[in-house]
Amino acid sequence: MPEPTEKTTPGAKIAYLAGGAASTGLIAGLHARLLLFPPYRLFVLALIRMGFSGRSLVIAVPYLWLLAFFLAPFLIVLKISLAEVVIAQPPYTPLFVFIEDGFIAIQASLDNYLFLMEDSLYWKSYLSSLRIAFISTGLTLLIGYPIAYGMIRAPKRWRFALLMMVILPFWTSFLIRVYAWIGILKKEGLLNLALMQLGIISEPLTILNTDIAVYIGIVYSYLPFMVLPLYANLEKMDLSLLEAAADLGCRPIKAFWVVTVPLSVPGIVAGCFLVFIPALGEFVIPDLLGGSQTLMIGKTLWSEFFNNRDWPLSSAVAVILLLVLVIPIVLFQRMQERSARAEA
Amino acid sequence: MKKLSLFAPALAVAALALPLSSAAAQNKVVNVFNWSDYIDESILEDFENETGIKVVYDVFDSNEVLETKLLAGGTGYDVVVPSGTFLSRQVQAGVFQKLDPEKLPNLSNMWGVVLDRTAKYDPGNAYSINYMWGTTGIGYNEGQILDRMADAPVDSWRMIFDPEVVSKFADCGIHVLDAPVELIPAALNYIGEDPDSQDPDVIRKAEAVLTAVRPHIQKFHSSEYINALANGDICMAVGWSGDVLQARDRADEADNGVTIKYVAPNEGALMWFDQMAIPSDAPNVEAAHTFLNYIMRPDVMAKASNYVYYANGNEASKEFLEEDVIDDPAIYPTPAALESLYTTTPYAPKVQRVVTRLWTKVKSGQ
Repeated sequence: MPEPTEKTTPGAKIAYLAGGAASTGLIAGLHARLLLFPPYRLFVLALIRMGFSGRSLVIAVPYLWLLAFFLAPFLIVLKISLAEVVIAQPPYTPLFVFIEDGFIAIQASLDNYLFLMEDSLYWKSYLSSLRIAFISTGLTLLIGYPIAYGMIRAPKRWRFALLMMVILPFWTSFLIRVYAWIGILKKEGLLNLALMQLGIISEPLTILNTDIAVYIGIVYSYLPFMVLPLYANLEKMDLSLLEAAADLGCRPIKAFWVVTVPLSVPGIVAGCFLVFIPALGEFVIPDLLGGSQTLMIGKTLWSEFFNNRDWPLSSAVAVILLLVLVIPIVLFQRMQERSARAEA
Repeated sequence: MKKLSLFAPALAVAALALPLSSAAAQNKVVNVFNWSDYIDESILEDFENETGIKVVYDVFDSNEVLETKLLAGGTGYDVVVPSGTFLSRQVQAGVFQKLDPEKLPNLSNMWGVVLDRTAKYDPGNAYSINYMWGTTGIGYNEGQILDRMADAPVDSWRMIFDPEVVSKFADCGIHVLDAPVELIPAALNYIGEDPDSQDPDVIRKAEAVLTAVRPHIQKFHSSEYINALANGDICMAVGWSGDVLQARDRADEADNGVTIKYVAPNEGALMWFDQMAIPSDAPNVEAAHTFLNYIMRPDVMAKASNYVYYANGNEASKEFLEEDVIDDPAIYPTPAALESLYTTTPYAPKVQRVVTRLWTKVKSGQ
């Protein structure tokens, strides 16, 4: 797989980062080895006789993956969102009902979606989640970009150590890292103690159980997802371009804005998506660090599912959440493709 | 593959030769799903030694998680321990099977006072036995509270529902259970309404009480307060009796100068019950009955209570209880206090929606 060029879409970029380059080779190797195994060989030969080429089979694997682990669960959630609550096991009405004489009736209603529009709580939760995700993504970019930039400008022998420092926190459970912030941010926590010792503040600050703590938690947790794609992107940048800019009389700061930043747009986009998407549906961080006034769709969904036992309504909340995420991504992809074509 | 083929004939022979014992062997396990930190582990060992039935023990920490598993079905558990209001709805949903009284001779040890109350959730106590019960009240840090208000009404709900009183403690941190089914009845009881009201118009009256004190509450959470109280991070919490007593013991062990007290306030407090029941799709029904019967043995039940500091519904166990359990009014309330405790019935789905919505509004202001 070629390294993604500046024109590849963010989706391809993400796939590349996720190890797409390695897996294509892996799958081909696995396929070659499995051909020695008679049942697999017969299965593949049968498929080829049916008109599938080896190439289309390799392409089919990720599609089958998507079908099994994305589309099928989504359809189940969609199905439940059209049902009604009942006190039963499972606690919703079935979609298909067998009635007498072998007829099958379909029971589906859009009531749950209508209800979501009636009560302001839901759209306020979506908006509040969007706001928190947007701001945290912005902050993560502001902090992550200098880190990634510093990493590529650092001497070569340090790079590996710096990269490890970004990755190392992943070796501890996410939950424990978020819990640790409770100890840092609480009234008698490390942060307040340090600030008071230094004489910066006289009264302890209330940070835990506020939106600020949620921002800190999200920015901290998702920072590596911003730094790694930016690093991968910036590392490939041809530094002689900056020299050329300097030769032509461009100050370093201006060279950064007119050369480095535009070249790193694919990295910025990939990093922002990797942070924004999970941050939008985040549940653990607002639950542990946020206060009761922190409104996020993940928490609203939790209370619908567990407190109200309303599986259909919470499924509807989840379907809308997916649309909120997918529609802008698709629009963005379209835009990118169009601008790529225009450039070509 | 080879190992398996050697074993298979041996197994087949064993099955042919000893059909009875192999059927018994299948029943030699019981899968128990109970609350975390809720049993003296030696009880399980004793049970295994005595009956030869292996206990596979697994824990959960919220009724909601248990209920979601039960409603999805096929949990593979033989004994589960939901609380009364949850049990009641789960019985309606057909999640449990009726107990067989013939296999439970120790039922005669149970305590009438508790049986009368649990019958509200499980008519005739046909589906469940009581494991532990407790109250929902106030836990507080004695030093911090008395420093701020020397004459604090510590045995009254005014501590949390009277804005004038509660505002004095806002600076040292107050946690409240994130459980509308506990707090709304408490608020209704405080203003003299029926705590068990199912009428949405009455339930809405609780909103004003809760909203008035909302600014003084730091967090709504159902488990963080145990550690927070014990560490002295907060000075008051509305919580479950046993949890607060656990916080008290942790603070004593840490010897950090924190003294935690628990009260079920005078105006009355919610009495709740954790009930053991057998799911209708339980794989080992026979072993489950053996387990329930064993748990109802007076000495076993007393051992459990002595360990977890909760009262149980077993009258015969009282003589085996240690003094610091049976004589502690925070665990076994006096008969007069027992009279003031109230129970609630589960809300119908439509009312539940009003309750959850009201709760969200109180918590988030939305």
